Amino acid sequence: MAELSYRDAVARGLAQEMERDERVVLIGEDVAKAGGVFKTTVGLYERFGPRRVRDTPISEEAITGMIMGAAMNGLRPVGELMFSDFLATCWDIVTNQIAKTRYMTGGQVELPLVIRTANGGGARFGGQHSQSLENWAMAVPGLKVVAPATPADVIGLMAAAIRDPDPVIVFEHKGLFANKDEVPDGEIVDTLGTARVLRRGDDVTIVALAAMVHTALDAARILGGLGISAEVIDLRSLVPLDTTTLLDSVAKTTRLATVEENPRLVGWGAEISSLVAEEAFWDLDGPIVRITTPHIPLPAAGELEDLAIPSVEQVVDAVKAMSG
Amino acid sequence: MDIPVDIRLEMYDGMVRARYFEQRAHDLFMQGLVKGTTHLGLGQEAVAAGFAVAMRPGDMSYCTYRGHNHTLLRGAPMDALMGELMGRSNGICEGKGGSMHLTDISKGAMGSYAIVGAHLPVAAGAAWAAQLRGTDQVSVCFFGDGTTNIGAFHEAVNIAAVWDLPVIFVCENNLYMEYTAISEVIAVDHPAADRAAAYGLEGIIVDGNDADAVYEAAVAAYERARAGDGPSLIEALTYRHKGHSRADPGKYRPDEEVEEWLKRDPIDIYRERLLSLGVTEEILNEIEAKALAEVDAATEASKNAPPPDTAVLLTDVWADGGSSWRN
Repeated sequence: MAELSYRDAVARGLAQEMERDERVVLIGEDVAKAGGVFKTTVGLYERFGPRRVRDTPISEEAITGMIMGAAMNGLRPVGELMFSDFLATCWDIVTNQIAKTRYMTGGQVELPLVIRTANGGGARFGGQHSQSLENWAMAVPGLKVVAPATPADVIGLMAAAIRDPDPVIVFEHKGLFANKDEVPDGEIVDTLGTARVLRRGDDVTIVALAAMVHTALDAARILGGLGISAEVIDLRSLVPLDTTTLLDSVAKTTRLATVEENPRLVGWGAEISSLVAEEAFWDLDGPIVRITTPHIPLPAAGELEDLAIPSVEQVVDAVKAMSG
Repeated sequence: MDIPVDIRLEMYDGMVRARYFEQRAHDLFMQGLVKGTTHLGLGQEAVAAGFAVAMRPGDMSYCTYRGHNHTLLRGAPMDALMGELMGRSNGICEGKGGSMHLTDISKGAMGSYAIVGAHLPVAAGAAWAAQLRGTDQVSVCFFGDGTTNIGAFHEAVNIAAVWDLPVIFVCENNLYMEYTAISEVIAVDHPAADRAAAYGLEGIIVDGNDADAVYEAAVAAYERARAGDGPSLIEALTYRHKGHSRADPGKYRPDEEVEEWLKRDPIDIYRERLLSLGVTEEILNEIEAKALAEVDAATEASKNAPPPDTAVLLTDVWADGGSSWRN
């Protein structure tokens, strides 16, 4: 065991897979010599060389299109999009091409590729560099979607994504890069589509993802002091979705709250809520509660951004109200 | 270049097969047996034939929704292509692709892409993998003149040039982006060739209705790519005999222009050339009769094939063969 930051876990996960499989290559803007603008790929260029770790022009359609073509011809490429907001500039390649091609060709095309991207708010970057867009990707058949909350999960889910035969988008949360945690030594390989119960509880299930996992855990501790026993589930993977862990928890606690960084409309929590309402309605003892950012672009000023993104207090208040 | 007669006959055979296939596709559409839409490459067969014949088995070709010619001439079975157009169970993509997405990976026909420009970076990526893996594969990407105004064109050609990728970009300039003349929407005379200099590439223009000229340009570009000297950007001047798609009668084109280009039909031109080179009428007649028989057989096979099995609706979203998103 050693302490590792979420930021360094990205590089460790990539290095683990590049060491194991020479077909794994990494491209993106400033990922090589500079080690990434968020310093998530530091050391990879030096270790694996300029052929396998390569800087691209500012060309997101080229990055995503090139990894698709490379995946069609024997590589297992990883492409970095510096900010998830830039997905909008190559959404055609990601959704019309990468996501659909296997289906549209009757299964002829295999695309073992990974898109990694820095996602989420809290850094005061304003409306075009702060969004949480994992729900966009979740809505597209043919894309797998993961969003790790801890350094160990970054490594394990990155490895699982790279080894997976399907396209996977890994959303790395900008607000977590500096977080440190104990990480086991040696190879770490996780499983896509598995949620994790991070805190056991009996009164209410709080489902969260990425940075909101930590918000939910902090809230659960406070709620514990108030006599409310909250179970916290880190979804980790939106596609595939671990509905078993979710439904089992709701069956036990009888109440559900989701904590999302997405704007209100059609955030991933809406799908979770719909699923529980359809399949576990009779387990519920009260309305499902969604805690989201308001339906607004994220503002830049710290006081405003903090107001927008769900806070520990908001989660505590909302869960108190639903438990009362 | 002295092109051997067997290569010439192969090109003629390819053009005739493509022509008859697409004429039949048009007829079947009028009979209601092909639905949705079709984008025919009638009149543009020489580009497909010249490149396909110059290609090696491991090479990869990427084309657009106007991709029947290219997919067929890489060796995809005609009956499976016809079945795909007709939405039958014998379709090459199980009926899930349709006219705009014909693909036969086993033959290096890496797909037909229906969003303008999207396949250029994909073709470049396949070339990048060839470069990294040290294979001698070349990736060829066909697209229309209208594509030269979309961002993906510029992103792909730039990175291919900077990385010296073994990819050949082939612009089929048929003078119309869709219904609008390309000359109305570009600031230069040649949509592809005049942009080449921006990426340090030579602006190459060939007569796209002359299979020999296309073949020679293709051979030169393959040699360049295999030698590690990087990409080529080739503009082939050609003309589509029909409108942009099934919905378009092409009335925006002046009658004289259409007549002029119909006189320059690539198949008529090539037939005369082959005769002048001493190929007998009998040999050409036999190629034509065989192609027609192949189209007839493909049509019959597809008409007789049942609709796709309903089970395929939910297959092949994922590599495990299914479409499940939950446990």
